[in-house]
Amino acid sequence: MKFNLKVWRQKNAKAQGKLVDYTIDNINADMSFLEMVDVLNDNLTRKGEDPIAFDHDCREGICGMCSMYISGRAHGPHHAATTCQLYMRSFKDGDTIYVEPFRAGAFPIIKDLVTDRSAFDRIIAKGGFVSVNTGQAQDANNLPVDKADAEKAMDAAACIGCGACVAACPNSAAMLFVSAKISQLALLPQGGPERNNRAINMVNQMDEEGFGNCTNIGACEAECPKEIKLTNIARMNREYLVASLINE
Amino acid sequence: MSELNSKIPEGPLADKWNNYKEHAKLVNPANKRKLEVIVVGTGLAGAAAAASLAELGYQVKAFCFQDSPRRAHSIAAQGGINAAKNYKNDGDSVFRLFYDTIKGGDFRAREANVYRLATESRNIIDQCVAQGVPFAREYGGLLDNRSFGGSQVSRTFYARGQTGQQLLLGAYGALERQIGLGNVKMYSRHEMVEVVTIEGKARGIIARNLITGELERYFGHAVILATGGYGNVFFLSTNAMGSNVTAAWKAHKKGAYFANPCYTQIHPTCIPVTGDYQSKLTLMSESLRNDGRVWVPKTKEDAKVIREGKKTAVDIKEEDRDYYLERKYPSFGNLCPRDIASRAAKEACDDGRGIVPSGLGVFLDFADAIKRLGVEVVKARYGELFPMYQNITNEDPLKTPMKIYPAVHYTMGGLWVDYELMTSVQGLYCLGEANFSDHGANRLGASALMQGLADGYFVIPYTIGNYLSSEIFVKPIPTDHPAFLEAENEAKARAEKLIGTKGKKTVDDFHKELGKIMWEYCGMARTAEGLTHARKLIQDLRKEFWSNVNIPGSLDEFNPEFDKAGRVADFIELGELMVIDALNRNESCGGHFRTEYQDAGEAKRDDANFAYVSAWEHTTVDADPVLHKENLVYENIQLQVRSYK
Repeated sequence: MKFNLKVWRQKNAKAQGKLVDYTIDNINADMSFLEMVDVLNDNLTRKGEDPIAFDHDCREGICGMCSMYISGRAHGPHHAATTCQLYMRSFKDGDTIYVEPFRAGAFPIIKDLVTDRSAFDRIIAKGGFVSVNTGQAQDANNLPVDKADAEKAMDAAACIGCGACVAACPNSAAMLFVSAKISQLALLPQGGPERNNRAINMVNQMDEEGFGNCTNIGACEAECPKEIKLTNIARMNREYLVASLINE
Repeated sequence: MSELNSKIPEGPLADKWNNYKEHAKLVNPANKRKLEVIVVGTGLAGAAAAASLAELGYQVKAFCFQDSPRRAHSIAAQGGINAAKNYKNDGDSVFRLFYDTIKGGDFRAREANVYRLATESRNIIDQCVAQGVPFAREYGGLLDNRSFGGSQVSRTFYARGQTGQQLLLGAYGALERQIGLGNVKMYSRHEMVEVVTIEGKARGIIARNLITGELERYFGHAVILATGGYGNVFFLSTNAMGSNVTAAWKAHKKGAYFANPCYTQIHPTCIPVTGDYQSKLTLMSESLRNDGRVWVPKTKEDAKVIREGKKTAVDIKEEDRDYYLERKYPSFGNLCPRDIASRAAKEACDDGRGIVPSGLGVFLDFADAIKRLGVEVVKARYGELFPMYQNITNEDPLKTPMKIYPAVHYTMGGLWVDYELMTSVQGLYCLGEANFSDHGANRLGASALMQGLADGYFVIPYTIGNYLSSEIFVKPIPTDHPAFLEAENEAKARAEKLIGTKGKKTVDDFHKELGKIMWEYCGMARTAEGLTHARKLIQDLRKEFWSNVNIPGSLDEFNPEFDKAGRVADFIELGELMVIDALNRNESCGGHFRTEYQDAGEAKRDDANFAYVSAWEHTTVDADPVLHKENLVYENIQLQVRSYK
């Protein structure tokens, strides 16, 4: 297969970036998208040109590091998959493919397709945990959890923190990400005493990082590689509202 | 050759850890605040250690090369975590988990460490549940368990097919909490490139800021490496692309012994290699062997027509299939340990009965499980795994059997550590997969998560105090100390040499070549002749690398190709040590199979001559390393031929 690529190139955070054209040939349909970029980078390196910088690590859809905006979609056209789980069989021979970084004010570009998503870590640091020091736990089975709640908590906990929700959202909102963590912990009995502070603190940090607001568009849910549901945002709003009333 | 002191506490096996904890020296809270600890790596072991030490009051600096501590490769572990809770009332106990682990490791692990691991396994589950890790539950609300390879009880706790992810996010949450409280300073996108030692003690590290390329100096009263395994020495493995040996290798070159490097785990259930462009291999969790049955056709003729695409699995009648694991190991069947299942797959394929075009693949069939349980139950049990397989291979495992083949997955070898997890360098610790300690020559499924978290949550917080209690008078050493300068200059000189080489071959050219050598000569079957040849090939490759590698860009920018080059340089040196170790070990045990030492395909151990840990001391790159032996003493169990028949 042959492809025309238009790839965002930007030397560093301060430099002006632009789309650069590349063509690539002899691509096997069973290659992953990132393996196609590997081949392109190999060609560039051999020609003495600077290879395209991009984030990737596990290449099996779980670490959340890969993050490309491909032809107008976060992680590309394949539903419920990360960039590393996208295979070239999803494209037609001769396609023109646009490759850009995850764009958001809160995700500054480091180089080419690599962005700084540390805002997510700072939000988690404000309450995305249960405050239990090592060694303070009771026996695990002393705290039964309704299976249905545990399953729902697991659905929310499946978030890989890639930031596709932010990239897909016209408002650059991080609500799907933040609500996934708040939901996971709100659905479980653990950490109940800090539930209100968690909602307030995480939402405040989210705002401080410069993420936008939710206007119920749903692009985040549509593009989430782990199929995190919009209902989590509703749950987060409820948590936040209740917490605001109680804390007043 | 000198004897190594493993500092195993006195007393009966079951009391050793308690005795140790009750007598270990303590550091009072006011002094903890003055002590700084560096933790490199933020996977299960590193994140758990950093969080737990910060909770205790130490000042922690944590480092990871990824953009966030949450990305560490522990996240990819699928199947589960073992714990001797005996919630199933099926006869499990600490002793049984201990025994299964020792036996699974082919009697090449330290008794006292493994017993401690089995003991702490119970606390881990309590801790993780308290953190809000959403483990699978039964309808009554209690925790669910499943069985895993190498054991006859159900002791594996799991969170769908994403157990590693959920445990890591629990540890990451604990770490972020401490970062938020100001007790941990987090440095992501930083890679450790040197250990700094002063008067024989580890006192800091040099780290490369991967965004700016700058070398930065950091002081610590102690340094903990929790930097994972070295499976990527094979180029193709189930490890993440960035997983590397660099931190451990730099420590090795500064005096930390490297133990049992030849013990590598080849995981039996991975998606087979399909092309040269492939960048990594994908694991299908071992838990699939609970319900999946492994088979190849009985005849070469049937296998051939399947390879040619003229027939598919369903065309082969039941009586013409060879469920070889069930046939060879009736009491464990498809749940026999990984090394055994991998070798059996290799044997079937070497016999010409492989079922993928390359000849290197076998079936993993769920038809019986679907008949017994129904499609929905099977789908629910394995969560993401089936769609993941289908996405990669374009085949639906609910309709046609999976095709699998062994791939490099885990490394049991690593930096030598004593009972306190301290390396042979004072004040330098090593946790998790990066150390050698608990799995012997083969790791059982669902035990890696257990070991990483035991080391990080429940071992190091006690053992490091025993050392730091004597460091309370040491003031933080300014990083303009000559030792820091020297270490930085060393790293700088190496970097400049690499980037200045401007040769003809890419970093991946060398990495792939190294991988081929390692897989062919130091993979699933090894011979003295092959290993001797491999050593020469690796030496030549190393020389060529340093004179002919081509790295684009410069040192003062974000440059992933340069980062990769530094890692490959270390992998090449490690590869040679692995070959030396494999050549020295004239026996077969666990993940180390020497063709010369076997009984009709079963590994033949030599306890009289090799019941020891090989701990290698680095000399110079061109000279032989020095072998130190730690004799393995078994006081509580009988060494026996490992049988799963």
